[in-house]
Amino acid sequence: MCLAIPMKILKIEGDKAVVSSSGVRRNIGISFMKNIKPGDYVIVHAGFAIEKLDPVKAEETLKLLEEII
Amino acid sequence: MKYIDEFRNLDIAKKISRLINKEAEGLEPVKFMEVCGTHTMAVERFGIRKTLPENIHLISGPGCPVCVTPKNYIDKAIALTTLEDVIVFSFGDMLKVPGSNSNLLKQKSKVRMVYSALDAVEFAEKNPDKRIVFLGIGFETTAPTVGASIKYAKKKRLKNFFVYSGHKIMPPAMKLLAKDELINIKGFLCPAHVSAIIGLRPYFEISEKYGMACVIAGFEPLDILQSILMLIRQVKLKNPKVENQYNRVVKTSGNKEALRLIDEVFSVKDSEWRGIGNIKKSGLGLSKRYAEFDVEKNIELPEVKTKIDKGCICGSVLKGIKIPADCRLFSKKCNPENPQGACMVSSEGTCAAYYRYKL
Repeated sequence: MCLAIPMKILKIEGDKAVVSSSGVRRNIGISFMKNIKPGDYVIVHAGFAIEKLDPVKAEETLKLLEEII
Repeated sequence: MKYIDEFRNLDIAKKISRLINKEAEGLEPVKFMEVCGTHTMAVERFGIRKTLPENIHLISGPGCPVCVTPKNYIDKAIALTTLEDVIVFSFGDMLKVPGSNSNLLKQKSKVRMVYSALDAVEFAEKNPDKRIVFLGIGFETTAPTVGASIKYAKKKRLKNFFVYSGHKIMPPAMKLLAKDELINIKGFLCPAHVSAIIGLRPYFEISEKYGMACVIAGFEPLDILQSILMLIRQVKLKNPKVENQYNRVVKTSGNKEALRLIDEVFSVKDSEWRGIGNIKKSGLGLSKRYAEFDVEKNIELPEVKTKIDKGCICGSVLKGIKIPADCRLFSKKCNPENPQGACMVSSEGTCAAYYRYKL
C-alpha cells in the first residue's frame, strides 16, 4: 500500500488532481496539500498527495553525494 | 529531474558503498534498524544488505502496517462480513492475511479491494442501502488519507460509511525497540513517508533520551546508502542526533495540514501490535467529533475467538530479534502462496522480501 513513486501533477480541480508517472494516470486527492501547481511532483500514497518534492533540495543532495565520494 | 533514476546511479552507489566499508573499518559490530517496510523491500531489491561490511548489520523493523495488525482485528473484520447489509472495503495487502480460521479474500463479494478510502466513501454514497466498513490500516502516512475521506463522508452527510480504525503511530514503537537491550540497536533508518507527515520533532526524544542515531532516509538506493554512511559517522563520533537525508520531501515540521487533520479526526489510544503486544498511546481511534463513523461505536461486532499463532515467529522478526530464515516454517509451509504469518503476506513484509529476493 505504500507506493513511493513521485508523480507529476497534470491538472488540478478543487481538492482533486490528475497525476502521471511513466504513462500511468491517476486521480488523487490533494485536500491536505497546500501550494501545489501543475508541473510539480508529489508523493502519492493511498490515493492522496502527501508531500511535494523540492527540486532544489534534490539537486543539493545529488551534489553533496558527488562531493563526498 | 524525475526523482528516480538520478538516485539509482550505480557508479555513485558503488563509490558510497566503498566509503561505507572504509568508514566502518575497526568499528565494533553495530546494528541499525530500517523501520519501514518499504525500506526493507528497497534494501532487498537493490541488494544493499550484501554490500555492507561484516560489522554493520541492518535489521528489519515493524514498519509494515499489515504485519503489525493483530489477528483479532482480522477475525473481527471477517466477522463484519457476515452481517447481511455490510460490505467491507480494504487495501489489497490485507486480504490474504490469515485470521484464526479464514482470511478476508475468502469472504468474496462481501469484501472489496480499494486503492483509496475515498473509493469506499464514493461507493457508500451510491449504495445507501448498504453499510460500508472501511478497514483503516496504516501509519501516519495513511491516517490523513482516511481522515480526509471521513471528512468527505461527513460533508456528504453519509449515514452508511464507517471506519474500523487499526491505525498506528510509529514513534512509540521505535522508543520501545530503542530501549530493548536484547535487540541492541544503535540507530534507525527512520521511515521516509511517515516522516513526511510527522517531521523531525518526534525523533529528537528517541535520539536524546535513548542515544539513537536517527537518519530520515529516502527509498532510492543512493538515499539508503548515504543514510547508512551518515549513521556510521554518527556512531563513530559518538554523536547521536537527528539528520534528514530525504529533505527533498521531508520538511522539518512535517506536513502541518495533514497533522491538523489527524488531530481533528482521530484521538490517540493504546494499541496492540501483532507479535509485539500492547504499546501505550501508539494507536489512533476516531475522535468524539467523528464518532458517528466509528465501527466500534455504531455496529455491534460479532463475538470472535482468536487462536494463538503456532510456530510462526513473526513477532521476533518484527522486532528484529530473528530473521526469516530462523523460522522453521519459512519458505516451506509458509510462502507467498500459502502465508502462515502476516510478514509473508504483505509485499512490504520482511519474510516476503526475504523470500522474493532469495536471501
